[in-house]
Parts: sequence; C-alpha cells; structure tokens
Amino acid sequence: MEQYLQEVGALTMRWVKRLSRERFSMLFTLAQPMVFWLIFFGNLFQKTANTEVTQAPSYIAFLAAGVVVMTILNNGLAGGTDLLFDKENGFLERMMSTPISRTSVIISRFLFVMTITSGQVLVILGVAYLYGVHPVTGFGGVAVIILIGLMFGVGLTAISMALAFSVKSHGDFFSMLSFLSLPMIFLSSALVPLSAMPGWMAVLAQLNPMTWAIDAVRPLILTGWGAALPKIGIVIIIMAVFDSICLYGAAKAFRKTLG
Amino acid sequence: MGLTVGGPFAIEVEHLSKTYEGKVTAVEDVSFQVPTGEVFGLLGPNGAGKTTTLRVLITVLRPTGGSARVLGMDVVEQANEVRQAIGYVPQERAIDRFLTGREHLQLLASLYHIPKDKAPARIEAVLKLVNLEHKADEVARNYSGGMKRKLDIACGLIPDPRVLFMDEPTLGLDVESRLKIWEHIRQLKARGITVLLTTNYLDEADQLCDRITIIDGGRVKAIGSPNELKSGLGGDIVTLTLAAGDLDKVEALAQAVKGQAGVKAVSTKQNVLDIRVASPEAALPAILGAVTARGCRLEFVDYHRPRLDDVFLAHTGRRIKEE
Repeated sequence: MEQYLQEVGALTMRWVKRLSRERFSMLFTLAQPMVFWLIFFGNLFQKTANTEVTQAPSYIAFLAAGVVVMTILNNGLAGGTDLLFDKENGFLERMMSTPISRTSVIISRFLFVMTITSGQVLVILGVAYLYGVHPVTGFGGVAVIILIGLMFGVGLTAISMALAFSVKSHGDFFSMLSFLSLPMIFLSSALVPLSAMPGWMAVLAQLNPMTWAIDAVRPLILTGWGAALPKIGIVIIIMAVFDSICLYGAAKAFRKTLG
Repeated sequence: MGLTVGGPFAIEVEHLSKTYEGKVTAVEDVSFQVPTGEVFGLLGPNGAGKTTTLRVLITVLRPTGGSARVLGMDVVEQANEVRQAIGYVPQERAIDRFLTGREHLQLLASLYHIPKDKAPARIEAVLKLVNLEHKADEVARNYSGGMKRKLDIACGLIPDPRVLFMDEPTLGLDVESRLKIWEHIRQLKARGITVLLTTNYLDEADQLCDRITIIDGGRVKAIGSPNELKSGLGGDIVTLTLAAGDLDKVEALAQAVKGQAGVKAVSTKQNVLDIRVASPEAALPAILGAVTARGCRLEFVDYHRPRLDDVFLAHTGRRIKEE
C-alpha cells in the first residue's frame, strides 16, 4: 500500500510539474475556449434566445450549465493526450519496465485530470458569476456540480486513455476526438432545451449522457434543490452505468498495452 | 531481498517465439545464454527481432512460445521480481522534455520504491556515473542528443540493477558521444553489471561486446565472441576486382586460383573474386601469379582479416545496412 501511494504520488506530481512548465499552453487551450463559449456565445444569443423557451433569466444563465459540462467533456476527452505522447516516445514502456502496479499510471492520470477539471469548472462558474449568474443552491450546489462533473469525467477520461493506447498514430487520436466532441455538444441540452429541438435531435440528445448531466446542473444553478434533487438522482444512476461501460471497455485496452 | 540467483547465467532464453496477432512472426525459436558479468550484443538489421527479444526480457511483452529467465526468474511468471532486479534503457529518447534530469531520476526512484531518505544519494551517484551533475537541474528540452542518452542510462541505473538492458544505446549519436557511452558501458561491466544491448552497428558489436548473437529475420544465425565468429569463417580474405572488360576470364581465373597453395575457398560474383586463404604469405604471390599468367587486368585488390561484416554476410547472405 505504501509503495502504491509512492508510485501514484510521484506519477501524479509528474503531471503537475509538466503543467507548471507548460502553464501558458495549458491555460489557453483548456480554459479559454470554454470561457469564450460562455462570454461570446452567451452574449451573442442574448436577444435571439427566447427566455420563455429557455426558462432562464438570461441566455448566459441558461448556457452556464452547458458550458460547465462542455468543459468536463473537453477535459475528459483530452485526458489521454499525454499518455499518447508517452506511448509514442517510449516513456510509457520505461514506466512499465519498473516494478509498479499496472494501474498506477492510469490512476495518476485520473487524479490529475479530475483535479484540473474541478478547477476549471470553478473558473467557468466564476466567470458566470461576474455576469450575474449566481447559483441558487450556493456552495453546496457547486460541490454537487463538481461531483456530477467528476462522475462524467471518469468515463470520458477512460475513453480517451483507451483511445490513446489503441490508436496507430496520434493523427487518428485527435481526429477521433474532434469527431466525437461536436455532436456530443450539439446533441445535448447545452445550447437549447430539448423542448426547442427538432424531434429527431431531441431523441438523440436523450441518449447522450451529457444531456442528463446538464439537466441536473442547470436547476442547481437556476432553480433550487427541489427541482434539482430528482435530476441528481437520475444522473447518478446514468453516470454509474456510463462509467461502468467506459471503464469495462477501457480496461481491455489498458490490459493490452500495460500487460 | 532474497533474490534467487540462477546459476552462472544472468539471462537464459530458450526457444523464444513471438507472433503478433497470430500473423506476423517477429521472433522464432531464439535461444541464447548470457553469463553473469558479460556485455552481450544482439546484432542484426532493423526489424530482425532484436527489440522484440529485449521487450520480452524486460517483461513488457509476453512471448507466444518458449521461455526466458533473468537471474533465474521467469519473465512471465515472476515479472515483478524481474522488474525489481533489472534496469532498462529504451531505444527512443524516452525523456519528458518538461522535466529536469533530476526530476526524471526522482520519478524513477519512486517507481522503484526507493525510500525517500535514500533516494537523493542514489540520484547523486548515478548523475556522477554518467557525468551529468552540472546539468541535473536543467529541463531536458535543453539537452543535446548525447546528454539525453546519458540521462536515459542514468534512469536505467537508478534501481542499481544487476542486469541492464539497452536498446540501440548509441543510435544516432555523434562519434564522440558514442565513444563516451561505450566507456560508460565498460565501467558498468567493471562494476559487475551484466549488460545486454541490441545494435545494428558492427563496430559496436565488435569493440564493445564480449559475445554477440547475430539475429536476422527473427532467427539466431550465429553466437560467439567477435573473434570466434571471425576465425570461424576459416581464414583471411583476399578480394580481387577485375576490370569490367575481363568478365569472361573470371571463372577460369577462379579455377586457377583454387589450386594454389594456401587457398581454401574461392567464390565469384560478377567481376569480383572472394578468396579465403590460410596463410597470406604463401597465397598472395601465387594468386597474383595466376592473375598475371592469364593476362587479367586488376581494378582493385583488397586483403583483410575477416571483419564482423564478413561474418554477418556469411551467416545471413547479406550485408547489414548501417544507417
């Protein structure tokens, strides 16, 4: 156990050190685009968006939950990137030739991605706060939002790591990620409520776990605990299923690469 | 640690095979043994199966047939014990360019479960061994190719291994760095570490390795010390290249040379005669006499003791491509 903590600690610290050296590129690629979605997209559609359809005081207030979950989506899907480079330059093989538990590398990556994601969710909520979006459920609600984010993030990061280990080239990796990311966003309740979608899109959006995450986060920001609790109950079940499927699938890729 | 030592051999490979996805056979029926304390080379061209063999030995690849033991421990059944006892220096510069040299070694020290209070001394020791102390706190991005290689080796030495595996240790390095790396490897041998390295450099195999295994097409072609392999070819080599216009005289000349004193074997390829001789003193004048007697015009004459590339050619039927 002590050895396991030593490995996981050292591997996690490696990601943290890398981040501190690559600070600029990381901040710009991960945090900024999402903040732009909130600021530009939110303000752009302020007048166009019908508040009776969105059921929110402003479009930014409606969009905040969507952007929070989009942040989780993008971070999760990008979570395997560093392992992809480790695989390609031999660092992964070097780690695998040491007497570490085969799960340490994976766990360290989960820990790191989840921490970063939580931080970025707070940044998004902070920016939304500046635009007058104050989560009605307070700090407790923010904590639950992060918890939902972590549950969704685990499955996404597992998919990303499995892809990183399975793809032949990193071109494949990045094109698959961008292929996944946009439909996930458009076919969800991030930008408009399901009720305002064309029927076929609403059906597809209901199959998207992201929709359920957003639908639980949104009342935590806008309405209150009463409306949020049933949604939270549902999302916990959906995420448990989603994570199980992702982890089960990813475990096969992990075993193949990590032995 | 209670490690079991498996007799005089640090590494034993028996009938090892590796087939990928049931189709591509990378290694087939490879067997060799490495006595403790030797520098042992796997020599072969790219794609010969050297790296596959090595990856099985460092426990990151499961063989599909046969078995391998390191220090008496099975690389599949006792993988974790093997990992604990070996060091590995990969082929690629497996360096995280955002970390400093020291941070690499700290990470490796943790992965080998070296206690926090013992790690700094161990790190200093390996930095000193590869002469990297002065650059230890610089990020690896700023390292030269040779320095990255030194850091790679330092990483491999962190566990204080009894067996060190090195994949193409001097690939792509300039001459000066290569000589330094060779020097480091000789120092490791002097410390009693068994070193198994792969290489496609003939001079590296020749000058650095106590014994080599020639691998081509996934199979072992020859095993022995460089000198044994060379003398195994049976004699020194005289190569005659005739002028292009004398192509029709090659066969007749070959027949004439065959009968001369001290000549053991003759082979021809276009306008080139490859002659094996037991003693050059007797054979050379006789060979040249035969050339003169037939009025052949010589373009080029070469005489040399067998080199490792002759050994490679003799066992594989082709020359190794150096790049």
